[in-house]
This record gives sequence, structure tokens and C-alpha cells, in this order.
Amino acid sequence: MAWMAWTIPTAIFFGSIAALLVIFTVLAIRFPETPRTGVLGIETTRGDRLFITLLGSAFINLAWLGLVDAAQPWAMLVCLVYAAAVFRWV
Amino acid sequence: MNKTVNQKAWFLVLPVLILVGFSAVIPLMTVVNYSVQDTFGNNVFFWAGLDWFRDMLESERMWNALGRQLVFSGIILAIEVPLGIFVALNMPKKGFWASFCLVLMSLPLLIPWNVVGTIWQIFGRVDIGLLGYVLAKLGVNYNYTQNVIDAWATVIVMDVWHWTSLVALLAYAGLQSIPDAYYQAAKIDQASRWKVFRFIELPKMAGVLMIAILLRFMDSFMIYTEPFVVTGGGPGNATTFLSIDLVKMALGQFDLGPAAAFSLMYFLVILLISWVFYTVMTNLDKRDGV
Repeated sequence: MAWMAWTIPTAIFFGSIAALLVIFTVLAIRFPETPRTGVLGIETTRGDRLFITLLGSAFINLAWLGLVDAAQPWAMLVCLVYAAAVFRWV
Repeated sequence: MNKTVNQKAWFLVLPVLILVGFSAVIPLMTVVNYSVQDTFGNNVFFWAGLDWFRDMLESERMWNALGRQLVFSGIILAIEVPLGIFVALNMPKKGFWASFCLVLMSLPLLIPWNVVGTIWQIFGRVDIGLLGYVLAKLGVNYNYTQNVIDAWATVIVMDVWHWTSLVALLAYAGLQSIPDAYYQAAKIDQASRWKVFRFIELPKMAGVLMIAILLRFMDSFMIYTEPFVVTGGGPGNATTFLSIDLVKMALGQFDLGPAAAFSLMYFLVILLISWVFYTVMTNLDKRDGV
């Protein structure tokens, strides 16, 4: 695995994404749901909302890095608020 | 009736998962790892944190390439979509000539990208190329290797030549699916040609046109081979689009860290557009009840 040039932060990063995927798969099997239509006017399931959250979070982090002078971890706070909003309204 | 739930069919997806894992996921993970480190070769890496991302976000070079990319995609969409619709409207509806036109239109789509590049690279040459030679004889000072406008014109005309057929074929398929009753009703109402187009043909083509626009946007946003073969990104950096710039950075300069950060941002944009593409298509299907 040395050729992949792993670091502890990137391992944690992928580990959390993998954990999220596992959690949502288990949730989908244990508590099946019907898709709902939210503010975007599209039908979404929990998995769709997770995808929208992750993709949006990537852009929030990039925007924070490029536009805001504050430390990067604070961007995660914005991401959490964003995630809550996505899971509530999308 | 009780149905037995059997999920074993998922195992059939396993080969694809393994293939995608090795061809996409693992390389992507490696790129993420590269993007936070620096290397001087020999597989020795130094932690760089988010510096490459910061560098890239502040890099004029990347923003310029993105700007050129958006202008390019905008121009080819503005030409190919109306032209494709126009061609589709004028194609014969049935009989020998309909099949003939369909085959003729599909030909450019079958040619590999690098061959298209080579064709136009030679076609545009002033000494041996038909286009360049004729233009020179007509007194036009055309040279795609030296002049920025000429290089852009060549790359755009090449893309239009290569891909307008795709839009035309999709639009044609949309047109063919309109029942005759609509046209008969329009005739009874004495609707003008424009009104038939605006209120019957265009709404009926909306679905396929959306697919055509998104496909062409995605493809042009990732274009590499054709401009690379024709202009090599030049003159200067005039036709250096995102992919060309990325390859220059990663393989030409061996700046793995910055190139990895660059490619991840590029990937995010593509992922966003693909998601919009997928969402729009699935919602169109649902609306049409397919």
C-alpha cells in the first residue's frame, strides 16, 4: 500500500466516508423509506441527501479555503449546518 | 402471495464493482493522498496539508484554463444545438434518403478523437491541407499554429463538425416520435411554420434536447485529445483547456501535489454536473411516465 502514499488524515477522511456509507446502508435495510420531494423539487432518499451533503461540503470547504481567512475546521461547522438543512428540507 | 426476498442478484454486480474499484476508486484515493503531500520522486512524500489546494485556488493559470474551458463549452453549445435542430428539421422523414442521411450523420461520431484531431491538423495546414491551402489562395492569412483566433476557430469548427451530428440525431429521434395528429391539428388551425416549431416540435424535443445539451457540455468540458493533437494547447496557452493544463502539470512538470489538488477540484465540478445531469434525466423520465 506504500505506493498509494497514505497519510493518517486521508485515512481518517476515507474511513469516515466509508463509515457513513455503511451506516446509511444499514439504515436503509433496517428502516426502509419512501422517497420524498423537497425544496429542490426532486425526489430524494436518505442516500441522495447524503450525497448532496458530501458534495456540497466539498464545495463549502473549498470556498472556505479560498475566501475565508479563518482556520479550516470551522468550515466543518458550516458543513454540519448545511447537512442539517439538507436532511431537513431537501 | 408471499414472495421470497432474494438479494443474490447483487453478486452479479460484483465484477463491475471490482473493476471500478481498481480503475477509478483506488486511483482516486491515491490522488487524494497526493493532493496533501509533496514529493521529489522515489515514492518519498512530505506532508503539505491544504497548501496545494490554496495554491490552486489562487493560481491564475487554473482560473484562466477554467475560463477558456467555459468559453469553449459555451460557444460550441451555442452553435451545435441550434444547428443540430436545424439539420434535424430538414432531414427527410422516411424512405431511402432518411436512412442515407442517418448513416451520413453518424459517420463523424464513429471516428476516434485522435484521428479527428489528425484530420483537422492536416486539413488546416497551409502547405498540404485543403482548408489551409484554399484559404491561403483566397488571400486569408490563416495559421492555426501562430494566430490565437485561427487556433480557436479551428478547434471550434472541428468540434462542431465532430459532434453536431449527435445533437441532430437526438433531435431527429425526438421529432420522429411526434404523432401526425399534432401536425394535422396545427394545419386545421392554420398555424405558421414557426408556431408549429415553437408549440409542437420544441416542447416534444425538450427531453432529448436536454440530454443533448448536457452530454455535449460534459464532453466539451473534458475535451483533451482533439485540441491537443491540433494545437497542442497553443499558440502560447490560448487553447490550453482544463485537461490539457492538468496533463502538462502532472506529467510534464511532474508536480504531483498541485496537479492532484487541481484534478480533485476538476473532478468535483464534473461530479456536480453529472449529478445535475442524472437528476434532470431521471426526473424527466418520471414526468413522462417512462
